[in-house]
Amino acid sequence: MLEYVARRLAMGVLTVLAVTVVLFLIMQLMPGDPIRLIADPDRIPPHQIEALRRQWGLDRPAHIQFIYWLVNIVRGDFGRSIVTGQEVRVLIATRMPFTLMLAVPALLLHYTLAVPLGLLAAIRSGSRLDRAIIVTTSALRTIPGFWLAILLMLVFAINLRWFPISGYQGPRSLVLPVLTLTLPMLGGTVRLTRAEVLETIREPFVLTAYAKGLTHNAVRLKHVLRNALIPVTVMFFLALPWLVGGSVIIENIFAWPGMGRLLWTAITNQDLPVVQGIIVIIAVLTVGANTIGDVISGMLDPRIRIELEEGR
Amino acid sequence: MKVMAAPPETAILQVDDLSVCFETSRGSVQAVSGVSFAMAKGEVYALVGESGCGKSTTALAVMRLVPPPGRIRRGHIRLGDEDLLALSDEAMADVRGRRLAMIFQNPLVSLNPVYRAGSQIEEAISLDSVPRPVAWRRAIEVLGRVRIGDPAERALRYPHELSGGMRQRVMTGMMISRTPDLLIADEPTTALDVTIQARILDLLMDLCSHSGMALLIITHDLGIVAEIADRVGVMYAGSLVEQAPVYELYEDPLHPYTRMLMRALPRLGKGQGRLETIPGSVPDLIALPAGCAFHPRCPERLAICASQTPVSRVVGGGRTVACHRGEVDR
Ligand SMILES: Nc1ncnc2c1ncn2[C@@H]1O[C@H](COP(=O)(O)OP(=O)(O)OP(=O)(O)O)[C@@H](O)[C@H]1O
Ligand code: SF4
Ligand SMILES: [Mg+2]
Repeated sequence: MLEYVARRLAMGVLTVLAVTVVLFLIMQLMPGDPIRLIADPDRIPPHQIEALRRQWGLDRPAHIQFIYWLVNIVRGDFGRSIVTGQEVRVLIATRMPFTLMLAVPALLLHYTLAVPLGLLAAIRSGSRLDRAIIVTTSALRTIPGFWLAILLMLVFAINLRWFPISGYQGPRSLVLPVLTLTLPMLGGTVRLTRAEVLETIREPFVLTAYAKGLTHNAVRLKHVLRNALIPVTVMFFLALPWLVGGSVIIENIFAWPGMGRLLWTAITNQDLPVVQGIIVIIAVLTVGANTIGDVISGMLDPRIRIELEEGR
Repeated sequence: MKVMAAPPETAILQVDDLSVCFETSRGSVQAVSGVSFAMAKGEVYALVGESGCGKSTTALAVMRLVPPPGRIRRGHIRLGDEDLLALSDEAMADVRGRRLAMIFQNPLVSLNPVYRAGSQIEEAISLDSVPRPVAWRRAIEVLGRVRIGDPAERALRYPHELSGGMRQRVMTGMMISRTPDLLIADEPTTALDVTIQARILDLLMDLCSHSGMALLIITHDLGIVAEIADRVGVMYAGSLVEQAPVYELYEDPLHPYTRMLMRALPRLGKGQGRLETIPGSVPDLIALPAGCAFHPRCPERLAICASQTPVSRVVGGGRTVACHRGEVDR
């Protein structure tokens, strides 16, 4: 198992490295000279621009630049924002908690709603309740996030005044953005849970569990749900980076001081170091979550664990 | 249709006029039609017949585990003095495992892959309110009883780490761990190789003779039947067409279908006694032929066979048969 985790981590590092290479190539291929972003060639004499270029290492060959850049990233140094001059590291560190403050509760709420609903739909499969659950959660999926956000704001912030309309003003501010992140995504997990439960119910070992004398509930909990939730749990870990990456629109609508908003402003301002920093962080997060997902599925399913240990 | 082959006082299982159907989109599949039989304490009763004739469905009905879209349409099932079909779900769950247990057709997938072999037996034992550590110790004892070497170590293995024969023994252990009065074994050896087959059968026989457990064994294999059964029930297209003590059945099969089965049985020594194909095809259980379900294939059919369903009748010596021809001859 340990060996497997190590191998997965190594793979993860390679993946992140690949992302950085692509990122670097894109920057190289971008039209325009990065120096022009900080020094206007109309007002700064050419020899000073040359000096700046040397100072920033832009006169070196591309692969040397890449190595310098990479070494800095590994040290956690993404450079400074071109716009504000703040260290990207600090910017991300102050914004990240706000994004996680939305993403983690959204994820937890999502699963505490979706798993029981999926289970219920599966147990009553074919009934009206089943159809109602599937139709409702699928319909939610078709609602665009920004539209839902505006609707929630109108009803709960403007008309009812139950929650603040935007920005971070204490825990109550979490409610509307978390709902906006949670509701549209429910459908997928409900369907996955339902499908997995229905498939597991048909497994012969479920019949065995009944035959040895377990009650309906014991069979459902210890045999059906326990096995059906393995892929659902893996999805849980895969969803976290997705939520962080996907928070751009929501954070903008709710004027939420998180990474999504930071990324948005950075893109509009062509603030390359900040964009790079965030993309690398999201890549690392994705790879990390994938690895954790794999390890957890190995822990939950001894068959996978054996496969992993045998290195297949 | 009421036929009692074993006297009711000593009967551990009594099935009366059992009918099960599967409501499919093509129509209603009559998997079991009016099956009646009884088993005495400690008796080994074999159900035989071609594939799809309703053997497993009969067994699942006794367990009250017929999967949807199946439904028990008619009949009574008594286990000792309990009317199984009248019990609540909870009461039935309490009967399962404790008084009535079943080994399923496919041992390779009938254990939960995520739990250790020992835990799955322990789970059964702790239903008798046994504390966990005691249940675990007993689970290991049970593994020893089903002749698994090094049971303490094997208890820790996951199903996929065990061989097919080993898994079948774990399954058997799980089902006998609470000493049921009746064990149903649905083709317990089909997926296993010959030497392991013999060992499993040996084990089942041993359990019957030592604990007075009755065994309802389902098999295609007439060789196995001859070896272990006390009595045999022959099923065709959802009906029990003949039942008899094993020796009588082999010596003097009464039903034309049984006779064909016997003829299809290869000579001893050749093959393993598996059923060979019988001319004609099994009828569609959605649209059963009128009269005797076997009449399209029957070499001995009479005029009334196509219009009147033969009724099962007792012919002495604990035998029953459902055939018009017998009504005339005997
Ligand atoms: N879930 C189901 N849905 C529809 N029909 C079914 C279902 N299960 C069984 N049947 C039908 O019921 C009939 C009896 O099946 P059953 O499994 O009892 O036969 P069997 O005698 O055990 O056969 P085998 O020797 O192949 O195990 C078959 O014709 C089968 O097609
Ligand atoms: S009832 Fe008629 S058709 Fe059916 S088995 Fe007997 S003789 Fe053959
Ligand atoms: Mg079967």
